[in-house]
Amino acid sequence: MSFQSIQEMLNAEKQQGLPLWQIIMEEDARETGISAEESKARMSQLWGAMRAASREYEDSLRSTSGLVGGDGARMRDGIKQHEPICGEFIGLVIAQALQMAESNACMKRIVAAPTAGSCGVLPAVLLPYQSKHNIPDERMLESLYIAAGVGQIIATRACISGAEGGCQAEIGSASAMAAAAVVYLAGGDSDQSMQAGAIALKNLLGLVCDPVAGLVEVPCVKRNVIGAVNALSAADMALCGIQSVIPFDEVIDAMREVGSQMSPGLRETGEGGLAGSPTGIKIKKRVLPQR
Amino acid sequence: MNLFDILGPVMVGPSSSHTAGAVRIGYVARKLLGEFPKKAEILLHGSFATTGTGHGTDKALISGLLGMQPDDIRIPQSFELARAQGMEFSFGTVALRDVHPNTALLRLTGENGKQLEITASSLGGGRIKVIEIDGIRSSFTGEAPTLIVHNLDRPGLVAEVTSLLYNQSINIATMQLYRNRRGGTAVMIIETDQLINRKAVEAFEKIKGIVKVTYLD
Repeated sequence: MSFQSIQEMLNAEKQQGLPLWQIIMEEDARETGISAEESKARMSQLWGAMRAASREYEDSLRSTSGLVGGDGARMRDGIKQHEPICGEFIGLVIAQALQMAESNACMKRIVAAPTAGSCGVLPAVLLPYQSKHNIPDERMLESLYIAAGVGQIIATRACISGAEGGCQAEIGSASAMAAAAVVYLAGGDSDQSMQAGAIALKNLLGLVCDPVAGLVEVPCVKRNVIGAVNALSAADMALCGIQSVIPFDEVIDAMREVGSQMSPGLRETGEGGLAGSPTGIKIKKRVLPQR
Repeated sequence: MNLFDILGPVMVGPSSSHTAGAVRIGYVARKLLGEFPKKAEILLHGSFATTGTGHGTDKALISGLLGMQPDDIRIPQSFELARAQGMEFSFGTVALRDVHPNTALLRLTGENGKQLEITASSLGGGRIKVIEIDGIRSSFTGEAPTLIVHNLDRPGLVAEVTSLLYNQSINIATMQLYRNRRGGTAVMIIETDQLINRKAVEAFEKIKGIVKVTYLD
């Protein structure tokens, strides 16, 4: 059986004395009956698909509803005109998050990570970081195993769908996965990776899933940005030795608890929150077929 | 969930339930029909009916009927592709009872005249379940090789089918039996661990009392 807790995963690392990514990969390969080589080949395919999805962003694309599209290009071009307040690197992260989430809304091919609605978070952190630090693909794959391992435990102990746990379960989980992965890339140890994951998820607890007209567009596209930027600040804290007072496993359990206490109107039904705002309702009337 | 349920699938957006799952429904329906559907009447239920257009559910279903998988970049153009291949299709809405909010009913006519009516739900993460086939309740996902046998409700037919499978060394993973009424029409839905070869499927069709055999690999 795959890991039931972050603590169990870290214990396995200590006992086996192997890198964390390898422990995650081998545990999953055993569970699903594939070889390590097959697992790596699949991960490599996913990474290729993620990079391709990033390359294939089109500035002119708009979603069927017309609500989203073009902001990723605006951000990318805007940060060349003036220095972004957050600095160039974060500017690129924001642009990538917007682009990937817009590609998803506009029916382009993406990699769900962990969901389609949150597909921009992980690539927004990993792609700019790779190009800034010239990291070989081999090591990027290792970081993806760490991200997936974290996501797997969140899915086991809590959930990763907005309908079950609200946006905290989608963008929150993606953010925790990205935080853990980027700490690994930056040379942090596994404990720091998990501290970063815990902090990232903690900071998005309570985020509701309130898509306008029920579409994966507003506010989903921009929430991918906060997921990515939040992952980076959590990673920086963890790399400086800051710890999450509440252990990661307990944060995950709290996320599940918060999700179950959310009213159904705030869990992907497109009724409450921003979806229920006057403008949200007006948009819904405009874009949905009248029956 | 395994690691590749967390990272992945690679899919055309925007929604794993409303887009990727809808492609799967169309794909499984096409496989079950066994030939190119020249006519498709599609009825959408629940959230598929209300937010389907914005999620490309309609285009996704047609893509599946054309034989595409959820990562096919031609999904947004599926209407044009279907028309070019001579497929006639229409969409409507329906209110079904006691079903998942993401459900579609498809009435298909194949190029050689085969007909099929199926109702299927998209359960999330791109996974689906066929809940009705030709008016008879069912429950299968299409993830394993699946044999669907329509037969007259008579003694011995289940034994004939399972012994034919046994002769081919095919192990049954799950098996479900349904009928519309005593002595009426029955359906066996058999999920297997191994693939069933074409010849064996044809052999099923020759058994007296078996009306229709559909195989999904």
